[in-house]
Amino acid sequence: MRKPEFIYVSYIETTPEKLWEALTDGDFTERYWFGVHLRSDWKIGSTFEMVRSNGTVSDAGKVVEYDPPRRLAYTFVNLSDEYKGELPALATFVIEPHGKLVKLTLTHEGFAEGSKFLLGISQGWPAILSALKSLLETGKPLDIPYTAMKSES
Amino acid sequence: MKLDDFTPTTVYAIYIASTPERVWEALTTAEVSRQYFFGNAVEVDLKVGGAFIVRAPDGSLHIGGKVFECDPPRKLTVTFNVNWPALIEKLGPTLVTYEIEQAGSTVRLTMTESHDRPIDDDILSGGRAGWPAILSSLKSLLETGVPLTIQMQPPQRMLAALKRLGVATP
Repeated sequence: MRKPEFIYVSYIETTPEKLWEALTDGDFTERYWFGVHLRSDWKIGSTFEMVRSNGTVSDAGKVVEYDPPRRLAYTFVNLSDEYKGELPALATFVIEPHGKLVKLTLTHEGFAEGSKFLLGISQGWPAILSALKSLLETGKPLDIPYTAMKSES
Repeated sequence: MKLDDFTPTTVYAIYIASTPERVWEALTTAEVSRQYFFGNAVEVDLKVGGAFIVRAPDGSLHIGGKVFECDPPRKLTVTFNVNWPALIEKLGPTLVTYEIEQAGSTVRLTMTESHDRPIDDDILSGGRAGWPAILSSLKSLLETGVPLTIQMQPPQRMLAALKRLGVATP
């Protein structure tokens, strides 16, 4: 039985510093993260929030690791009724130079067996991280409609 | 061999600013695949039962298989058997499915690797390391015109696991 977790690796033509900024600067995240502004003072233990363009907070948790430009980790859970009862899971980003590229490894773990939230984030991350890669490499994010993500069994 | 017997073990989805037709071409032609797939050339006879071959840069057979589903430019399912003696006897066939879907003005490409029996994570680690590199480079190629140059270390964890199983590797 595999652990209930989601792992995603992406190779990006950028620098660790630019990727770090892209993951932690709320104004930048708005450009590739379905308009979501990440809000935190990034101190360990501080609140971490995803703020939608209409100002509402969709997801919240805490900062766990902040080691620029190498490791970033935070917990969060979606606050909507759809995921009621789910506990915050831990998302860890590891940034490694890889030749002239950067290797980004996201591990999202700590889900209960059968978590609906795990299914949700498994659809969300490929879209968000694909748009991030496009934005850093081409200067243009992707136009992925939120509704284009689908359930995978 | 029945597709129903196969269970997904690795899934990788990536969104690309491109068209389904261009993504399909990238997955199924030698000249494009050489650019993003570590110099390997995909040769596929695009019909059910047709041959699916990946040639190493020196022309030797790297991966061999057959086409099981072919619905251009939406879905391609092939057996994807690395050409190492004893591999298929010990582990059974590897199935790879590419699904290509329009997602707004972008394309979602989903690669699913499946097996018809339980496979150890150590064995699967080879593909899990390779697919993100291959598909990251494919995305860059289609979006910027230039693939990524990704230097990969040999997949030691997988090679050690194969050795334990008695599968000889080059």
